[in-house]
Amino acid sequence: MKYLDEIQLQKRMSSRIIKNNILKQLFLAATLFGLIVLAILFIRIFTEGAAWINWDFLTGRLSTAPERAGIMGAILGTSWLMLIVIPVTLIVGVGTAIYLELYAKKGRFQSFIATNISNLAGVPSIVYGLLGLTIFVRAMSLGNVVLAGGLTLSLLVLPIVIVSAQEAIRAVPQHLSEASYGMGATKWQTVKNIILPASLPGILTGSILALSRAIGETAPLTVLGIPALLIPFPEGLFDTFTALPMQIYYWTLDSSLVEEYAYLAAATIIVLLVLLFLLNSIAIYIRNKYQQRY
Amino acid sequence: MAASSDLNKKNAVNVREMIADKKRKRNFSNITEKMIPAILIIIASISLLTTVGIIYTLLAESIEFYKRVPIWEFFTGTVLRPLSQNPEFGILPLVAGTVISSVIAMIVAGPIGLMSAIYLSEYASDKVRRTIKPLLEILAGIPTIVYGFFAFTFVTPIIREIFPAVGATNILSPGIVMGVMIIPMIASLSEDAMNAVPNSMREGALALGATKLETTFRVVIPAALSGIISSFVLGISRAIGETMIVTIASGSSKNFTFDITQSMQTMTAYIVEVAGGDAPAGSTIYYSLYAVALTLFVFTLIMNLLARYISRKFREEY
Repeated sequence: MKYLDEIQLQKRMSSRIIKNNILKQLFLAATLFGLIVLAILFIRIFTEGAAWINWDFLTGRLSTAPERAGIMGAILGTSWLMLIVIPVTLIVGVGTAIYLELYAKKGRFQSFIATNISNLAGVPSIVYGLLGLTIFVRAMSLGNVVLAGGLTLSLLVLPIVIVSAQEAIRAVPQHLSEASYGMGATKWQTVKNIILPASLPGILTGSILALSRAIGETAPLTVLGIPALLIPFPEGLFDTFTALPMQIYYWTLDSSLVEEYAYLAAATIIVLLVLLFLLNSIAIYIRNKYQQRY
Repeated sequence: MAASSDLNKKNAVNVREMIADKKRKRNFSNITEKMIPAILIIIASISLLTTVGIIYTLLAESIEFYKRVPIWEFFTGTVLRPLSQNPEFGILPLVAGTVISSVIAMIVAGPIGLMSAIYLSEYASDKVRRTIKPLLEILAGIPTIVYGFFAFTFVTPIIREIFPAVGATNILSPGIVMGVMIIPMIASLSEDAMNAVPNSMREGALALGATKLETTFRVVIPAALSGIISSFVLGISRAIGETMIVTIASGSSKNFTFDITQSMQTMTAYIVEVAGGDAPAGSTIYYSLYAVALTLFVFTLIMNLLARYISRKFREEY
């Protein structure tokens, strides 16, 4: 007696295996699609912009004549923004994370704040721009200065810093703080001397990533009315400024009028990407070097 | 005797001082202990204040707008002419632009993102996954302005080469590029969901003679469906809120149309155009900024809540 028709089985099985193999290649192709676009994007930008990068371009002042235009103003503006975003997000982000993880009673209020933070993370960046325009630029009448831009961007990336700091704090093992309490340390002493140092690498990694998100943001700055054609350099918190992404934005828009502006935009993009690359490398370095496993 | 009582006296004084010193220190640290939670609450409330600030500014200014333009007219109007002599404010052209660009983005990002997730989670070896994932994360970390530049100076010219009827600014090209931007997000969230499916289930299916493909589609994807769908919804939310790509590559035409070869404005691009155009505070066009932003905010909020609801409610626990 024969229970199996071997030939029939072979036929069916092989067609299923072939289907599996074909779709596997399709899945691989889909995965590679993203990487190929990434490669095209990089090649395109570097071939267009690399030739325009030289010392005069990096240190020069802005000019409508493409061959004389420089982006020092935008570089300084972005640096000023970073100078505000780093301390503000670190203090507020880490403070909130410490409160949520170590002080708040587990309950309604805590989960309310946590829900609120995850909702804030999903608010489009342009809405933050309107918030900044209404509160910092108009209500506090700061104008479109460095401080207004920096605070707006800080609010925008705050949820990222809070969530990553929370994760870093949660990753500190219980027995470390228990040992500290056992030695007679108070809660704040434990937080300050044990938990924060142990979670610092994670906190720094998260805030550097948030920082790189902040300096690439354009939409909130456009809403704040940050100009692109600005000759003087910003010298303080209350000076008007322009930033690298704004420069890219205007040069891209005007590239239909003056062809060379597209190359200038590409060159500025390279500068921005190099900056982001450096920041991310620092973050990865910190993560690998100081991250301890308990 | 005299010497020892002297010593005792000295000791007694020392101990007393020590106690006083200790008390002072404890008092100080008691004060810090009590102050710290209060300070932390104030800091933590900044995130609450941000939410309140966003909702308050959007609502307050939008109400001012609805006093001038009836809310019904705003949401059903198909004509948007904010700058003309008798301005009309209908949001539908902007909603059409937003929906169409998001649909195009999801047509690109949905299938490709999901297929990447399947490959990375089910087919790829550990080594391949560890190389490809960081590369995809680079794609996610590129500023949107760079994608805008790419759409405008590279993708649009290519599309126009193939279909000459397409305009210099059109909704198709930013839609596609937005899709590319969202691929890593969907791929990584869906992969997380599929990774959370226990291996014993895969092994069970494979032991019954299923191929990897059948295992993926009949076992892994149904089990991870809540996570996959919520990643799609988050992708849509991201597309709705995306600003720079559409602002640069889709122009500012406010026609109510469904023709993807033509320029269309999204809600986000309208906000950039009006805010950048120095709308005088107090004018109707200035308030329209907030009414549009409120609509955008509600759209994305609903999407985000929906994503969280789906992933919580329909999660399969193993």
